[in-house]
Amino acid sequence: MSMLTILFYVLALLIVTATGLAVTRRNMVHAVLYLVLSFFGSALLFYLLGAPFLAALEVIIYAGAIMVLFLFLIMMIRLKKMPGMFFPATQWVPAIFISGVFLVVSMVLAGKYTAGWTPLPAAQAPPKAFGVYLFQTHWLSVEIASMLLLIALVGAYVLGLRVRRSEREERS
Amino acid sequence: MIVPLNHILLLSAVLFSLGMFCTLARRNLIMMLLGVEIMLNAAAVAFIGASLHWQQMEGQAVVIFILAIAATEVSIGLAAIIAIYKRSGSVDPDLQTTLRKVEGNPS
Repeated sequence: MSMLTILFYVLALLIVTATGLAVTRRNMVHAVLYLVLSFFGSALLFYLLGAPFLAALEVIIYAGAIMVLFLFLIMMIRLKKMPGMFFPATQWVPAIFISGVFLVVSMVLAGKYTAGWTPLPAAQAPPKAFGVYLFQTHWLSVEIASMLLLIALVGAYVLGLRVRRSEREERS
Repeated sequence: MIVPLNHILLLSAVLFSLGMFCTLARRNLIMMLLGVEIMLNAAAVAFIGASLHWQQMEGQAVVIFILAIAATEVSIGLAAIIAIYKRSGSVDPDLQTTLRKVEGNPS
């Protein structure tokens, strides 16, 4: 066992534990903070698996931007205490069943791929080579992704506009 | 030598099923959106592992687009949650069955 192998299993344990804690927390702020920890672990995993640029992007976008957005939303909304059980049994029993079946099926499918049992060699895609590759072969997809982000901007603005207009109607 | 590809795929499957559980079991729109984020992250882990296995950069390019889609989804979703909360004062998905205001029946 090399050091990289041990590092992989430690990171995998950290990610799964942090995510498992996040999905079962009642307090949403705690859930978001555990998820930030999980995304930091994912970023380290990306670095280990040879994608240093994506590791940086994971920290900046996932752990930085998206989770801070969630924190802002949780602070804006004041939730009343939900009566009854936290996980209603009619909801968590089918949820566990469906995700368990998915886990078993995907494990069987992945285990059938025999070439996947040999350990991978360590390799790294340098950020410069990756950027050149991305803009030479996938330039159209990059443009489409930027259009998608523009659509998200306009959509979020329109949704906010409707909220403000309905508030004005209620006041008058 | 790091690990076999199948171990990376197993980690990704565990993460995906945790996200699926979060989306299905929680009675809270914000936590459901968090579950979708976890599932997208699990897909990104699988793509990075495949990229290392076949020594191709295609997988890493796909992860860039997964990041863009996650950012889009979270901004639209959170704006919609704000709109729903301002209208009905709750983020329980059981109460949100209409997209427009129902006259004389505030839910």
